[in-house]
Amino acid sequence: MIQNQALSSLLRMKSISKRFVGTLALDDVNFVLVRGEVHALIGENGAGKSTLVKILSGALKPDSGSMYLKDSPYSPSSPLEGRKEGISMIYQELNLAPHLTVMENITLGREEHRAGFIRRRKMRRRVREILDFVHHPEISLDIPVKKLSVGARQVVEIARALAEEAKILVMDEPTSSLSQKDSLHLFEIVNRLKREGVSIIYISHFLEEVQGVADRYTVLRDGKKVHTGSMKGATLEKLIQMMVGKKIIEMFPRVEHKIGEVLLRLDNLKGKRMEAEVNLELRRGEILGVAGLIGSGRTEMLRTIFGLDSIERGSLTVAEVKTTKGNTWIRIEEGLGFLSEDRQGEGLALGQSIIDNLTLSNFSPYSRFGFLRVKKRKKIVWEWMKRMKIKAQDSNQPVFSLSGGNQQKVALARLLHQKADILLLDEPTRGIDVPSKSQIYRLIGQLAQQGKVIIFISSYLAELLGVCDKIAVFHRGELIDLRPAARWDAQSITGAATLGRTGEI
Amino acid sequence: MKGKKRFRLLLNWLGPFLGLILVIGIFASIPEVQGRFLRISNFKSVATQSVIVALGALGMTLIIINGGIDLSAASNIALSSVIIAYAINAGLPPLMAVFLGIITGGLVGLVNGSLITSLRLVPFIVTLGMLGVARGIAKWIAGNQKIDAPFTWVNDLMVRSPKPSWLLMAPGVWLMIILAVLMAVVLRYTVFGRHIFAIGSNEATARLCGIRTKRTKVFIYSIAGLFCGLSGVMEFSRLTVGDPTVAVGLELDIIAAVVIGGGSLRGGEGSILGSMIGVFIMAFLRNGCNMMGWPNYIQEIIIGAIIVTAVSLDQIRHRQLAQRE
Repeated sequence: MIQNQALSSLLRMKSISKRFVGTLALDDVNFVLVRGEVHALIGENGAGKSTLVKILSGALKPDSGSMYLKDSPYSPSSPLEGRKEGISMIYQELNLAPHLTVMENITLGREEHRAGFIRRRKMRRRVREILDFVHHPEISLDIPVKKLSVGARQVVEIARALAEEAKILVMDEPTSSLSQKDSLHLFEIVNRLKREGVSIIYISHFLEEVQGVADRYTVLRDGKKVHTGSMKGATLEKLIQMMVGKKIIEMFPRVEHKIGEVLLRLDNLKGKRMEAEVNLELRRGEILGVAGLIGSGRTEMLRTIFGLDSIERGSLTVAEVKTTKGNTWIRIEEGLGFLSEDRQGEGLALGQSIIDNLTLSNFSPYSRFGFLRVKKRKKIVWEWMKRMKIKAQDSNQPVFSLSGGNQQKVALARLLHQKADILLLDEPTRGIDVPSKSQIYRLIGQLAQQGKVIIFISSYLAELLGVCDKIAVFHRGELIDLRPAARWDAQSITGAATLGRTGEI
Repeated sequence: MKGKKRFRLLLNWLGPFLGLILVIGIFASIPEVQGRFLRISNFKSVATQSVIVALGALGMTLIIINGGIDLSAASNIALSSVIIAYAINAGLPPLMAVFLGIITGGLVGLVNGSLITSLRLVPFIVTLGMLGVARGIAKWIAGNQKIDAPFTWVNDLMVRSPKPSWLLMAPGVWLMIILAVLMAVVLRYTVFGRHIFAIGSNEATARLCGIRTKRTKVFIYSIAGLFCGLSGVMEFSRLTVGDPTVAVGLELDIIAAVVIGGGSLRGGEGSILGSMIGVFIMAFLRNGCNMMGWPNYIQEIIIGAIIVTAVSLDQIRHRQLAQRE
């Protein structure tokens, strides 16, 4: 109690409500941010987190309620005003101009100038200071941002927020595209920012991370605030239960499945974009997890298997049929299905409907002399939507109108609809809320039960350990170790992925 | 660190520059035309012929870096040349006529920019419409024929051998050079220039950072319009008449120059120097082909092929750079 009096509340959002057509996105939500704290905002997709922060930033206006910054009323009419008041947003899709250099991006919109002419030297000094502060002196000021890694780009965005003297930083899913190493760097930066008195609102689906980095948390559910509390002593189960509201759901539902005969074999397979050859043998019912740092070659292997990249040498054997060449349509016919890690860019046609996307890889059931059997297609898609619990009003809806989790379910449904026997999944649960993740794990287990083979690339160790039968680790383009999941733990996987060491635990 | 950036910039226009050397080299090595081609007077001639496209390219470079396009440039040039002829014919002092011509160009650009930002239509469509409208108005004013205008100093702007002979080249050429340098400085060293690149590279980010994207766009299209107006002055000077049917299809030459020079139609990339090199590549090409006596269609085929080649080479270079990371 005494502690609370000493801390000053920097931001107070009182009784915020916001309605969109048909849904009450926020219902009388109260939110308090204390100076110098990291405050986690937790909730399922659609719980209201992004609406709340959009109102905070000024991108949206609340229907009712009020906000106070340091006890004076705050009602921004645009995100620009929010930024002027020191509130900076860092989104998952980074907001940088790719052709401009690091320095140009950091100073964008606030260039120091004399009569229109840029004063380079002065700005350089300030930018250098900021980059040193976040302990990234190695980032060169004159490189165009598109040449930087995702982790470095995020640092540039944070630097820009600091250049604007942000007092409140909102980070939306900051680590979803980062490697373990970059994530650790990010936490260091967060701690340093904290010490400087910057307050951070941290939105993330990675509850373990949130536990480690946040001081306090607020759980939102269906637009209402469920609870605010200190992270100390908060358990994962308690958090999830508050998020979901029903009885504790099992995070990694175990589905028993038998292992059958060999279905997929890679013999010294090397694709054009792969760094080294890969040997692999997978049986029906096996779920193989593939861990490794970003850029370690996992995606390249998967894409080569699927025929997106050409094979240089070695061979691929599917159900006794050996191939050394082939394209994606041949692979699809052989029973392979591929889920790209670039869900929005490659995995789905965002402007097209759910029906179009779901049936995109298999038109044969609906083709009569080349003409489309529309009714049959609609009916079957609707069945799939029920089976996969895809939440949407109408199957003709464009896919961009769905939440991330539902979009991913449509992409997965497409693979199942094409009756794939071997599923190649690249980061299938990235950016999806916890309950949907759990649904997908259960689905994967059921598919294994049906005798399918699943290769599952993920940077989220908990899900690899919880779902997979075997886990392979890639390091610098090479598959260095493959063991049953029981013989791995988070530490040994990370050790193998970062250092290339393959010691037993 | 600064050296690295300069090196990068160097590399950016090195490609087009090599292309220019290649073109000149090819024609210089053909014995039939060698003599006539490599003469100073020929180079002066090429320079003079380039002025019209070059001025248009200065404005188009800004537009393309910004992520837009202007298909009405050539119609704008024709319109302004007609206005100047009309004005001189009507007895207005030539300076005023020139002024009117340039302003007309600027107005057309202003309308383009305003429609694009307010109606939120794609620049391709808006300027496509303006292409027709501006040309139509030019034909209307000119009564669907060429307007003869009495001789004034305006006609001396584009002569190969300028009156005060110490000038060495036509005043139009000097104007082109000065303006090119000016625009290059603006792009590289001013806040405005930085903003042009930012909007073209990622408009959402630019807006997020407080850049007035709408205002900047209107400004850019207006400036480009002014350049087209100036180009119209030169066109009039060259023809000595106001011809509403002049410069048909020239917008493609202008756009090609910017693209050959490294400008990307997706925005965020381009340079004045590159565009100027692009202008000269095409100018020398036409010049050489004319000397060889090749018919016009050969030139068109070659220029088309060069555009595709230049852009493909640029794409390959980009992809290589990306892979190396």
